[in-house]
Amino acid sequence: MAGPHAPRTRRAVLRLAALAAAAAVIGPDLARADAKAVEAELKKLFDGKTMAEGRVKLDVPQIAENGLVVPITVEVESPMTEQDYVKAVHVFADGNPLPGVLSFKFSPAAGRASASTRMRLAQTQNIIAVAEMSNGALFTAKAEVKVTIGGCGG
Amino acid sequence: MSTRPTPRVRVPGNIKAGDIVEVKTLIAHEMESGQRRGSDGKPVPRRIINRFTATFNGKPVFEAEWHPAISANPYQSFFFKPTENGELKMVWKDDDGAEYTATNRITVS
Repeated sequence: MAGPHAPRTRRAVLRLAALAAAAAVIGPDLARADAKAVEAELKKLFDGKTMAEGRVKLDVPQIAENGLVVPITVEVESPMTEQDYVKAVHVFADGNPLPGVLSFKFSPAAGRASASTRMRLAQTQNIIAVAEMSNGALFTAKAEVKVTIGGCGG
Repeated sequence: MSTRPTPRVRVPGNIKAGDIVEVKTLIAHEMESGQRRGSDGKPVPRRIINRFTATFNGKPVFEAEWHPAISANPYQSFFFKPTENGELKMVWKDDDGAEYTATNRITVS
């Protein structure tokens, strides 16, 4: 019983392995297809200014079952006074048809530089947040979201 | 859309001076991304709410610029530190030029 089935199973396994290998080669390329678009967008907004890591907390799920509704919270460490506050936070996605996701603009009257919304993600990709401080300093954070079912098309 | 989107806003009650409160908002809107094709194969034109602003007594508190990646029926929360009594006004601006408004009376004890 096992005999005649064994070769077919092995062939299937081999085919799967080949597919997986192909996906591994193509996959990251597809995901990075828009990384350039994000870079271009960042260059347009900040003209190549240096960005430091830290102070930005990007809260997104590691795994999003439904790419149509992915919660996102961005919080930036800041005293939020007239002298020292967070001016804006920009969020980008490097695997969506369009790189821009949102821009939040804060004022000292907000008291806390934190806001939440929900976004659509077409596939597994990186989310990049850039915070602009009142003194012009830039801080950034990055997180990967694995998307089970993409939130595009329909 | 057949009905005019109605925003829903939740502001915590019983605010004391110096409190930082979280305001939660939700508005019904398709947020048509412009990336989709209809059943006729033609691209469905983009129509989203592209901007959300919150002001308190006319002064800016928070603003969000939304791109087509924002989900349908957009949710937005933000923080706010009221120092006096007044009116928190929120405006959602549609691609078609329409504006949807909600106002909340804020009383600080």
